[in-house]
Amino acid sequence: MAKRIVVDPITRIEGHLRIDCEVDNGKVTNAWSSGQMWRGIELILQGRDPRDAWLFTQRICGVCTTVHAITSVRAVENALNLEVPLNAQYIRNMIIAAHGIFDHIVHFYHLSALDWVDIVSSLKGSPKAAAALAQSLSPWPGNSEQQLKAVQEKLKGFVASGQLGVFASGYWGHPAMKLSPEVNLLAVNHYFQALDYQRRINKVVAILGSKTPHIQNLAVGGVANPINPDSQSTLSLEQLFHVKTLIDEIGDFVKNVYMVDVAAVGAFYADWTAYGAGVKNYLSVPDLPLDSKGTVFALPGGYIADGDVAAFKPIKSFHDEGFRDGVKEGIKHSWYKGDWDRHPWEEETVPQHTEFQDKGKYSWVKSPTYYGKPAQVGPLANVLAMYAAGHGPTKSHADRLLEMVSGLAGSKVGLSALHSTIGRHAARAVRCGVLHEALAGQWQALVDNIGKGDYATFNQPVFPKGEQRGVGFHEAPRGVLSHWIVIQDGKIKNYQCVVPSTWNAGPRNSSDAMGPYEASLVGNPIADPEKPLEVLRTVHSFDPCLACAIHLLDPESREVVRIRTRV
Amino acid sequence: MGGGVAVRVLLLGVGNILLSDEGVGVKVIEQLEARYSFPPEVTLVDGGTMGLELLPYFEECSHLFLLDAIRGEAPPGTLEVSELADPPAYFRQKISPHQIGLSEVLAVASLQECLPALVKLFGIVPEDLSTGLSLSASNAAAVEAAVAAVLIELANLGLSASPRV
Repeated sequence: MAKRIVVDPITRIEGHLRIDCEVDNGKVTNAWSSGQMWRGIELILQGRDPRDAWLFTQRICGVCTTVHAITSVRAVENALNLEVPLNAQYIRNMIIAAHGIFDHIVHFYHLSALDWVDIVSSLKGSPKAAAALAQSLSPWPGNSEQQLKAVQEKLKGFVASGQLGVFASGYWGHPAMKLSPEVNLLAVNHYFQALDYQRRINKVVAILGSKTPHIQNLAVGGVANPINPDSQSTLSLEQLFHVKTLIDEIGDFVKNVYMVDVAAVGAFYADWTAYGAGVKNYLSVPDLPLDSKGTVFALPGGYIADGDVAAFKPIKSFHDEGFRDGVKEGIKHSWYKGDWDRHPWEEETVPQHTEFQDKGKYSWVKSPTYYGKPAQVGPLANVLAMYAAGHGPTKSHADRLLEMVSGLAGSKVGLSALHSTIGRHAARAVRCGVLHEALAGQWQALVDNIGKGDYATFNQPVFPKGEQRGVGFHEAPRGVLSHWIVIQDGKIKNYQCVVPSTWNAGPRNSSDAMGPYEASLVGNPIADPEKPLEVLRTVHSFDPCLACAIHLLDPESREVVRIRTRV
Repeated sequence: MGGGVAVRVLLLGVGNILLSDEGVGVKVIEQLEARYSFPPEVTLVDGGTMGLELLPYFEECSHLFLLDAIRGEAPPGTLEVSELADPPAYFRQKISPHQIGLSEVLAVASLQECLPALVKLFGIVPEDLSTGLSLSASNAAAVEAAVAAVLIELANLGLSASPRV
């Protein structure tokens, strides 16, 4: 008897995700991903000055403001063939890397760990045994018996008062929860510590981005951080050394806590390496440009078809024609008028809402394709590409993580295990380590370049008459983000954002092939359809940038049970 | 907070300015910033729809004045000023339409024992939440009311803003 599980929005704001799954014999047999993405943004931008676009695009997403700002200025620079001074590249790169580290840590500990970690079980853990276990895995000083006891007491206080707060909505005691009370206790301890470290790394963004939660320092053509090593009001050496201290502090946490925790969760849930692969065409883009033109990058990116890492095709520059020509969006299953696949520069947005049609239109999200195929984006796509490209830091972090998992699981776990729900978490941790090394490298490059007497941070953009087309791309924490702009006589004529969650959450395409969320859910086990924790595990592993809630719809009685979930 | 002397007020406007009245809280901050200068004890922040990024600002204040669009029965443009006794619990009711949990940030602040001693909500009932950059007439009027209300509350704390010339 097939049951249908529906993950549905309850708030009014656009951008929400709804997941429908058919469940039969304890397994997902079919899935639909439906959502709304920011339609109308292009209308707001039309006719405006391209130099202002980033100020608007950084507001289109509540979570990813920085990435839209960066991608927007890159799109305009690409259209104008405008070079960006080295200092500006380094400063932007540091913001990108720090933001990525922040995002990956918060995603693992605060947005998805509780899919795997049972808070209530941690109350039964022995702090002594947990401390001993932790010391066998990592030299991190924050795992002492005393520390773990204190965390347990704090948590007991919350539970006793009935105020679980942020923990209130978890599936505690679910049969799919498998960690021992001690491992759960360690994870809860790190949940609290991660709150402190996410704040520190975000401070790097704040210092470089001019102190507010929205970065203020960007400009088409560079950054608005005047560099003067001696002045307090500009980017000074004192600030740069404060940034360095923060970078060093976060490094220990990433290496000795985050990566170790992911290895442990991966080893104890090794069965999840068999679920959630879904679409194995992987798309990522190179990032952290090291020259003014965007032809040399610290981090590689490119396309991998069918999971075949050996057949990796690199994307080589901000002007890469392969990327530029390969991206299309289709609307066969989306709530827009017509049925076409078009290049982002040629798109139009004419909404046409219908009811939810399983075989017809069912989503506000368009269906992006790369040379006609759906593609998965995100840290997994990026790590596989970097590994394939022979990127040294990626190889060393990935090999270290897989070795830790193999040791804990007691059997050899290789790179192929990454094509899975749990593999996306592992890849994100690897990427976080890679980003941390890159951040330190970019800091050094900036300091060295200033040391040579180069203080330039900005090249003035010039808008010629006529039409220019540009694309800006960025390997954001959730994957490939691209902005596509058409400029006419110095004003914006068309603007489209193809965001990571569109690639992953998109509906079936014009050939009816499933999008990555949809394909990754098929075959997932469902222990209890009333509490579809497994669906959350797989969808959360993508780091969805969407708020959601769960409805359980029983077609017999038409009764809807609504279970709120964490965002 | 050493004998209650160190008053530090955070004026935090939240919301999405691309969705008309959804961004009314941010618009109040913009007006305050454009028209007045404030003593050093007062910090103005445009929080947009951010989440955990706002945590450090909470840690540095004793009083949080939150400006936001609120769900309510009252007619659009109504300004409601209220003191929140237990902010995370209050926000569990989802009074704000934002998808990104200010509720979660407040809950985390409470978890970390850095919740400001006093949280005051200046809530405005929105009229129009469609895509667009301008406020509805009722909400534009409410911005003026909120600016005045904030200045009065600051004066009650002995903090005076002076008009920019």
